[in-house]
Amino acid sequence: MDLNGSQMVIEALRRENVKVVFGYPGGAIMNVYDEVYKQNDFEHILTRHEQAAIHAADGYARASGDVGVAFVTSGPGFTNAVTGLANAYIDSIPMVVISGQVPITMIGTDAFQEIDAVGISRPCVKHNYLVKDAKDLPRILKEAFYIAKSGRPGPVHVDIPKDVTAQVAKFDYPEKITMRTYKPTYKGNSRQIKKVVDAIANSNRPILYVGGGAVNSGASELVREFAKISGIPAVETLMARGVMGDDNPLLMGMVGMHGCYSANMAMSEADLMIALGPRFDDRVTGKLSEFAKHAKVIHVDIDPSSIGKIVDIDYPIVGDLKNVLSDMLPLLKDKIDSKKYQSWRDLLKRYDEIHPLEYSDDKGNIKPQWVIQRVGETLGEKAIISTDVGQHQMWTAQFYPFSRPRQFVTSGGLGTMGFGFPAAIGVKKAKPEKISINISGDGSILMNIQELMTAYESKIPVINIILNNGYLGMVRQWQTFFYDKRYASTDLSGAQPDFVKLAESFGGLGFRVETKEEFDEALKKAVQSDVVCMIDVNVDRLEDVLPMVPAGGTLYNMILEYKG
Amino acid sequence: MKNTIKNEEIRRVLSVIVTNEDGVLSRISGLFAGRGYNIDSLTVAPVPDTDFSRLTIVTCGNERVLEQIVKQLHKLIPTYKVIESAEFVEKEMALVKIPLNEDFNGLDAMLKAYNGTIANSGENFIVVMVADNAKRIENFLKAIKKYNPIEMVRSGSVAMDI
Ligand SMILES: Cc1ncc(C[n+]2csc(CCOP(=O)(O)OP(=O)(O)O)c2C)c(N)n1
Ligand SMILES: [Mg+2]
Repeated sequence: MDLNGSQMVIEALRRENVKVVFGYPGGAIMNVYDEVYKQNDFEHILTRHEQAAIHAADGYARASGDVGVAFVTSGPGFTNAVTGLANAYIDSIPMVVISGQVPITMIGTDAFQEIDAVGISRPCVKHNYLVKDAKDLPRILKEAFYIAKSGRPGPVHVDIPKDVTAQVAKFDYPEKITMRTYKPTYKGNSRQIKKVVDAIANSNRPILYVGGGAVNSGASELVREFAKISGIPAVETLMARGVMGDDNPLLMGMVGMHGCYSANMAMSEADLMIALGPRFDDRVTGKLSEFAKHAKVIHVDIDPSSIGKIVDIDYPIVGDLKNVLSDMLPLLKDKIDSKKYQSWRDLLKRYDEIHPLEYSDDKGNIKPQWVIQRVGETLGEKAIISTDVGQHQMWTAQFYPFSRPRQFVTSGGLGTMGFGFPAAIGVKKAKPEKISINISGDGSILMNIQELMTAYESKIPVINIILNNGYLGMVRQWQTFFYDKRYASTDLSGAQPDFVKLAESFGGLGFRVETKEEFDEALKKAVQSDVVCMIDVNVDRLEDVLPMVPAGGTLYNMILEYKG
Repeated sequence: MKNTIKNEEIRRVLSVIVTNEDGVLSRISGLFAGRGYNIDSLTVAPVPDTDFSRLTIVTCGNERVLEQIVKQLHKLIPTYKVIESAEFVEKEMALVKIPLNEDFNGLDAMLKAYNGTIANSGENFIVVMVADNAKRIENFLKAIKKYNPIEMVRSGSVAMDI
């Protein structure tokens, strides 16, 4: 079959079973859009900014586990997309992003809207391609989808010059693909797995350190099973929230900078750390020389370069967590008696009783934590929660009762303000039966506010809940703790939009909330409505996220209470 | 967790086999630049009768850094193989232009000692060429200074594992 480059893109997406594409057109990618117009295989959602298109595809991928897809044009279209690529890369999210490029004949001439896109995206993606000939396009697109979702997932960028989108060639789409130079390891080494089981059996204070790899691998059930048969307590990273399920008595909570006391103490006092797909981020480890000082470390990861990158690993296992655990659990069942760790579990429980995750509620002011708990009580499992970045993000991670993986969509590695709203749009497209909530801040929400138009036009009823503290709160908190309360450029209270009118002017619904009753009322109306909503909640301005391990501090030395 | 990594800087020769396609060199040099790894020298040439290229990279770093370099190189999609065996024949070439008005006493013996020859000559200069391991090339370039060279060019190492 002979097709031109643009038709090839459409046909490849059809074969990859793509249902939704997010994007924004422009000169260099117009040929592709002309074919988008003619087809009915997938829906195209026009966002109002390229960054939002990428985040929406990212949110789609996080909620569904499928590859997210986005189109952008050359030059500024592409540069606008870069933050989205970097964000997906550092969080290992499978995505294929197709950008237009000036015609091959003009590359290198500083043509209108020409930029070295693959040169820019290289450090922000798992792999990228500049397509020089339409005959290569079927193979490249097949590889792009394959690379994006296999091994450690990540975004792949395909840059297609305009003349290639018009060039006709034979369309031979490979059914299956093998690449000589890219062969991820899925199965763990069985001898090493046996050794690990022995190490676990010989330990007295083991801890499961569960990371985002458990979500990507679809290993949540097996991780829960691991904890259940062994009686070993677990902590979750930000990216793993939901894997264990918050009603699980073996879950000690989130670990790291804003982790729970019991989780951070568990890491500090363990004699064996069983790391299941985390990446030892500095926001988790704190000061490395003090991190898990007494523990031997097992690390299971599909990415060999992740193992031993930050800390020495005593028992490395390269493989897909799901496969490794399927092999490991039968051996574990025979060797391990969960009663052995009773006193260890009791100790951690006591830690949790001494310093539980809590906040002091207030009659007058609405506490931001209360809002999140309230949304959790009201919607629970029915909602998928996206966030922006800041205090509201950490409170969401701490206080929302997540019951399953892919229920929490947040920018972990890059910490991208402006991620939440477009991501929640992608989430709703992936899971229309769920309520898609974006918990945001008064700073972050303005970073992709134009997406109100997308949500309105494409009938995507996302509910934005703004925890409005009139501050760039997280930065303000650091200024309070570490900069003697010099609030440089963080007070937003002097100039804020009227969020209610703002939402209304885009065709959505807006609510201003000053009391708990008003919040309940607004949430109820928002859930019932079928348009995009914005609930502007006036919360206690100076609330801090606690506990806190200062950057570079030790996990067992948390700030538990701020004494100003 | 104990930190057993020694902080000693180690020199390492890596032979990286990659698919011979656009942009691989920038992927590799970008990887080194972006992650702050050292490149002491780098040479690239096609592997005969294949569609692969061989990069020979001389780098240095402590154990952890070197381990990461190898893993990160592997992680690049076009990388087929990274050879880091300690058993290498390693050779580097250097060209040195010397003015003719110098006294060449002893030059012949020196060239012999470093596998060298006279590669070219002009009206008022000669170009000598030597091929040897990197350390010895360095010594040679020191020794040749007494002939007041006009210009010196080093190739970077090529290596073959044995
Ligand atoms: C794009 C971007 N710019 C700057 C930052 C630095 N930053 C991190 S949190 C934060 C404050 C966010 O304020 P807001 O959205 O109101 O959330 P709050 O902390 O008040 O809940 C800032 C500026 C960032 N993470 N991302
Ligand atoms: Mg704020």
